[in-house]
Amino acid sequence: MQYTILCYETAADFARRSDPAEAGPYWAGWSAYGATLAQAGVFVSGAGLLPPAGAVTVRVGPKGRTVQDGPFAEVKEQLGGFFVIEVDSLEAALDWAAKAPSSASGSTEVRPVLAMPG
Amino acid sequence: MSDAALRAVADAARSHRARLVALLAARSRDLAGAEDAVAEALRQALEAWPARGVPDRPAAWLMTAAKRAQGQARARMATASRALPALALVTDEAAEEPDAWPDHRLGLMFACTHPAIDPATQTPLMLQAVLGLSAERIASAFLMSPAAMGQRLARAKQRLREAGARFERPDPADVAPHLGQVMECILAAAALGWESVPGSDPGRADLAQEAVFLAETLADLTPGEPEPQALLAQLLYVRAREGARRAGYVPLTEQDTRLWDKTLIVRADLALAAAGERAQARGRLGRFQCEAAIQAVHCERSRTGRVNHVALETLHDALARLCPSTGATVAAAAVALERRGPLAAMARLADLGPEADSFQPYWALLAEIRLRAGHSAEAQAALTRALGLTEDPGLRVWLSARMASLMP
Repeated sequence: MQYTILCYETAADFARRSDPAEAGPYWAGWSAYGATLAQAGVFVSGAGLLPPAGAVTVRVGPKGRTVQDGPFAEVKEQLGGFFVIEVDSLEAALDWAAKAPSSASGSTEVRPVLAMPG
Repeated sequence: MSDAALRAVADAARSHRARLVALLAARSRDLAGAEDAVAEALRQALEAWPARGVPDRPAAWLMTAAKRAQGQARARMATASRALPALALVTDEAAEEPDAWPDHRLGLMFACTHPAIDPATQTPLMLQAVLGLSAERIASAFLMSPAAMGQRLARAKQRLREAGARFERPDPADVAPHLGQVMECILAAAALGWESVPGSDPGRADLAQEAVFLAETLADLTPGEPEPQALLAQLLYVRAREGARRAGYVPLTEQDTRLWDKTLIVRADLALAAAGERAQARGRLGRFQCEAAIQAVHCERSRTGRVNHVALETLHDALARLCPSTGATVAAAAVALERRGPLAAMARLADLGPEADSFQPYWALLAEIRLRAGHSAEAQAALTRALGLTEDPGLRVWLSARMASLMP
């Protein structure tokens, strides 16, 4: 069973990425997490995302296209990256999600991946 | 005024809930029904006490209300319940002080560890049945979705009914054989609390406090048994050191002992001494006494200023024999590293199976061993695994600082 681990980070987390004093531990935490998922044999795919300031949101309605700068919703925590993992149960997925650094500072959402028919 | 009344309800719930649930369940053999009746009584108290004042005898008031609620619920399903055991409501406990009520709490704890209940559900069930914790709170501690935990608990109670589980106070002869599983459950609850740094997740941190309450209750209910006293001592020693970790993760042997709670250490010492007295009559060392003694040795540093590694080695070896586990082996290897160096520590770890791969303390220790052996690159790799496996933000900070200090 595949689960997506969606890592939501706070503005402070995004700021840590480039703060000279904080960047080291920040990236060490994430790269160790990714490496541990891989070494445990559960990693399927994943990506880190640049901060939401660089997001552009597109909608196509009856009157045509609307393009907005910024993420689709202004909320306190924004998607900072995601992992897809292969584990036996939701419980095992939650166990991995709890270890994502975003669980301690922001929040981490677990979503079962839709199995495509055929 | 109303604040005082609300506090009175909270106090009464704390002191009497388990007694009430156990008593009602012992009569009806229906745990869910007993919990519902007590919850209804507490709901009524929340309504009545602030309005009409706290009754003179709060426990008796709750007992009367809970019995009435149980009776009404039974009347509603009267036809369906003809098969239930005939229940005499002859003695009226409400007329007496709670101390005079039949105490079935030990029976309730034993029922939570009934063989019909999946071992993974026994601790959650005990937290709910004995302490009244909500499924939401238990679910967070056990990393489950609250809906799934709620279903699991409801199923467990149903299974107890189907199995005809009894909730009565067990016969003295039945106590010892079932005690081990109850203590495992309490320790499991405490261990969930220990993993969290105070402040990071209050829900889990105060689970350690709930576990102390359970261990105290169990020790009170089993006079003459050494192991519950030892379990209590162990939990108190660990709790005494919490202050030293409040600002972040600090390894046990580097903690500032001035931040340890001396009063809790004294309480723990007394509990361990009581366990020792009770054990002498039996002439054997139990697993929980061994674990408590290890904690006592660590806490002794606040008086002697040094860690007695010789005593630790003896105790860890005994524990690894008494109760083999990944945790026991890793802990014994950590002592071997201090006493005998990296080769001896590696030799101890060699027995471990693949389950160590996902055990964070294993990787943290492996990093230290490799470091002492002069293998810095391999130590880095082990630290990376330890870092990836922790969910404790304080430990994450500590491990990444440790990694940075190894960078060439």
